[in-house]
Amino acid sequence: MAGGDELVLLGTWPSPFVTRVELALGLKGLSYEYVSQDLRNKSELLLSANPVHKKIPVLIHNGRPVCESSVIVQYIEEAFPGDGAALLPADPHDRAVARFWAAYVDDKFVTAWVPTFRGKTEEEKAEGMKQLMAAVETLEGALNDISKGKPFFGGDTVDVVDVALGGMISWVKATEVLAGSKIFDAEKTPLLAAWVERFAELDAAKKVLPDVDGVVEFAKKRIAEAAAAASAN
Amino acid sequence: MAGKDDDVKVLGVVVSPFAIRVRIALGIKSVSYEYVEEDLFNKSELLLSSNPVHKKIPVLIHNGRPVCESSVIVQYIDEVWAAAAPSILPADPHDRAVARFWAAYVDDKMFPGMFGVLMAATEEERAAKANEALAAMAQLEKAFAECAGGGKAFFGGDSIGYVDLALGSNLHWFEALRRMFGVALLDAGKTPLLAAWAKRFVEAEAAKGVVPDAGETVEFAKKLQARTAA
Repeated sequence: MAGGDELVLLGTWPSPFVTRVELALGLKGLSYEYVSQDLRNKSELLLSANPVHKKIPVLIHNGRPVCESSVIVQYIEEAFPGDGAALLPADPHDRAVARFWAAYVDDKFVTAWVPTFRGKTEEEKAEGMKQLMAAVETLEGALNDISKGKPFFGGDTVDVVDVALGGMISWVKATEVLAGSKIFDAEKTPLLAAWVERFAELDAAKKVLPDVDGVVEFAKKRIAEAAAAASAN
Repeated sequence: MAGKDDDVKVLGVVVSPFAIRVRIALGIKSVSYEYVEEDLFNKSELLLSSNPVHKKIPVLIHNGRPVCESSVIVQYIDEVWAAAAPSILPADPHDRAVARFWAAYVDDKMFPGMFGVLMAATEEERAAKANEALAAMAQLEKAFAECAGGGKAFFGGDSIGYVDLALGSNLHWFEALRRMFGVALLDAGKTPLLAAWAKRFVEAEAAKGVVPDAGETVEFAKKLQARTAA
């Protein structure tokens, strides 16, 4: 890394969007200072670094903040071109395909996943699970087409799609526990199921993927708090 | 890569902000293309096979290879025709991140409110959606002051850039909604910088002939409402 680069990551455990950024930083071999945030009592630093959304993650590079996890991942790729393996291929059409699927993870996979554990009714949760499983099936097809038998969406190395989906792994496993059903099912989506295990074995992943049991406990607490707040109203 | 024998097709809908931004991007790069107007209630085989995942417009088909999702397409255009000035995204990585942030903001915070004004089932809902869009416009006014403060013409500087494309591709809808519902999302009193910016945007060479007039947009909106209600 270039001398004099200061990287600060504002995040909270176990946000999958923070994990996504940490994965990208780790894959690029970049050192950074992690500053944990209390979202119920937001710091001056967070409010000044992300005045528009007041959300984490925020990456502050030499004092300049970058917000929104997918924007941050692309930033890391562009600001540190010499470090680690490229997170996007060189060919413009291949890049467009990678960006398309990274956007799909956010727009379809993540959007469907949120109600599976945050849904207020069983119907909401079931609908979320239905849409999530449809997205998983589509991603299985994408992995089949793009990877051409290689281990990752990026081929031999990890790309922005692997990072976008990889950041979700602990939460997906936690949701499988909470919902009592498989999301990355080795029988239905064998490529993705294998990809999950392979991705989780990466050094960068082992360092930052939150512990699944911890995420399950965290989720249970949050669900209980939401239920209590709802019945109090 | 880019060359004289490039075959470029755009599948779109004349009033779609997402299709408009792709067409203006091609205009900025002086790339000729064949435009195909899609009927969203009767999608062509070409659209369905080019975008099997979302079945949505816009789709850019370059030498037979499709690219989908407007933000992905605009970045693709910027990269393939990088030799044709001006560039759509700035060169500096941090500036690029800021541009991507604000373009996403337009799509995630302004557009849903604007679209909600059109599709609202009640006046209450319409007012709520209008307020959402107006709040986003107020934020964008601040962003414009910050990045172009000091007298630049566009978010992108001297020429239309990534954020300009995202926001400018909605301008015809602002006027259409004003005519249909009396809702003014672009108000010179509230967002003077953006009001002035909007005039410059529609006058730009690349935007001419691509941004439809409000009358055409109102006609389309009425048809959309009729079909959705049916």
